[in-house]
Amino acid sequence: MRLIAARGLGVRLGALQVLTGVDLHVDAGEIVTIVGPNGSGKSTLLRSLIGALRPDTGAVVRAGGLRIGYVPQKLAIDHTLPLTVGRFLNLPKRVSRAVADRALERAGAGALWDRAMADLSGGQFQRILLARALLNAPQLLILDEPTQGLDQPGSAAFYRLIEDVRDTLGCGVLMVSHELHVVMSASDRVVCLNGHVCCHGTPETVANSAEYRALFGTGTAGALALYRHEHAHSHDHACGHDHARESA
Amino acid sequence: MSLLDDFIVRAALGGVGVALAAAPLGSFVVWRRMAFFGDATAHAAILGVALSLALSLPITVGAMGVALLMALAVSGLSDRRVALDTGLGVMAHASLAVGLVAVSFVEGVRIDLSAYLFGDILAVSKADIAVIWGGGALVVAGLAWRWQSLLTATLSEDLAQASGIDPRRERLLLTVGLAVVVAVAIKVVGVLLIVAMLLIPPAAARPFSRTPEAMALIAAGIGAASALAGLWGAFVFDAPAGPAIVTAAALAFLLSTLKRV
Repeated sequence: MRLIAARGLGVRLGALQVLTGVDLHVDAGEIVTIVGPNGSGKSTLLRSLIGALRPDTGAVVRAGGLRIGYVPQKLAIDHTLPLTVGRFLNLPKRVSRAVADRALERAGAGALWDRAMADLSGGQFQRILLARALLNAPQLLILDEPTQGLDQPGSAAFYRLIEDVRDTLGCGVLMVSHELHVVMSASDRVVCLNGHVCCHGTPETVANSAEYRALFGTGTAGALALYRHEHAHSHDHACGHDHARESA
Repeated sequence: MSLLDDFIVRAALGGVGVALAAAPLGSFVVWRRMAFFGDATAHAAILGVALSLALSLPITVGAMGVALLMALAVSGLSDRRVALDTGLGVMAHASLAVGLVAVSFVEGVRIDLSAYLFGDILAVSKADIAVIWGGGALVVAGLAWRWQSLLTATLSEDLAQASGIDPRRERLLLTVGLAVVVAVAIKVVGVLLIVAMLLIPPAAARPFSRTPEAMALIAAGIGAASALAGLWGAFVFDAPAGPAIVTAAALAFLLSTLKRV
């Protein structure tokens, strides 16, 4: 089932054309990861999909009544704002304690209800954000660099958690990440973004594509192989379009 | 003779009314770091006072109108991401200066400017009390109505968007609320000290609060107590009442910092 699709999406922020002609879709039950260098428009794309930005061209099509759970890139809670985990989970909609506890359990943050948000570790904080996104039983989970600030075991554990959630809820997952090797091993499809969609496909396809290597270097393919115990060393040009023409 | 005929009772009612309305709004001012924004709005109100005097309008109407215009203008600027700090500073002090110059041009009235700058709470009339409590109730009701959405938008505008909340609408509500509180509080603490009544009670309440609601309620308590203590101090020490109220709040803040140690 198609959950969300972007068709020919173009977004201009001020004088800068951030996104051009982006096509993207997420189906139920699949994990799609957007990778791309800094300033490639990853967050802008996500913000367009959740409706925080209005695209200048193209359109975002959502399945009717789509429930989205959103995990923002960072949430700097001002230290003047007192907030317990329990209170945070009740924003903006009040939820019953049972529903909240189930979401906390699912996000691996069971015992944190009474803790102040300011006292949480980075990993705990991300799990609370995930728990909050799970409250409305989302059909689509959107995460913007959810493991920023976590160490490598921490982020690997977090991505395993995302897979678990996908398996139990059957929701689609769309996320943005910097950590190419970890993320790609946990993804069904990868979209490589640099203002436009450079290439997309299975993690292997993207890791082997010339466009991806031009952006991230060849070292990452080795890292991917390390995680998947596969060899992704072929130099096939897996991309559907002529890339040289675009850079000209 | 009714109780309200006593000027000290009217002063107490006016002070407490402002404190109760300022506490929840001031909490948002603190959480969203809008202190400078509050300054700009409050200082613009003196220009409104000048216009009201010149046009023989009620002070509250003119002050609210100009404060609202200023607040909307500044809010619009923040959308466009102009260097806000400098912009706000320029607008806040320019409007204060222009307002003071304008007041001096108003003919025929000999005005005690300090009444508008620092408040004249001992001269609060029954009508003033009605304006303060009416405006204050309106602001508190508005905040209570949108409380959950306001908090979400304060945490993160993206999070709000994803939940179907328009953060600009929530900001507009705070902007209008600020203009109303500024206008009704002029008589009590004056334009220069309004922001103090918005900031200090919530700041003093912070160490004792675990939730946003607790912070707003405790701030209301501290604000009301400061108003009464300040009035009392003004009598005992023959001090100006508005500054005495703010001094009492500042003492409460000082005491609250001990909690953190």
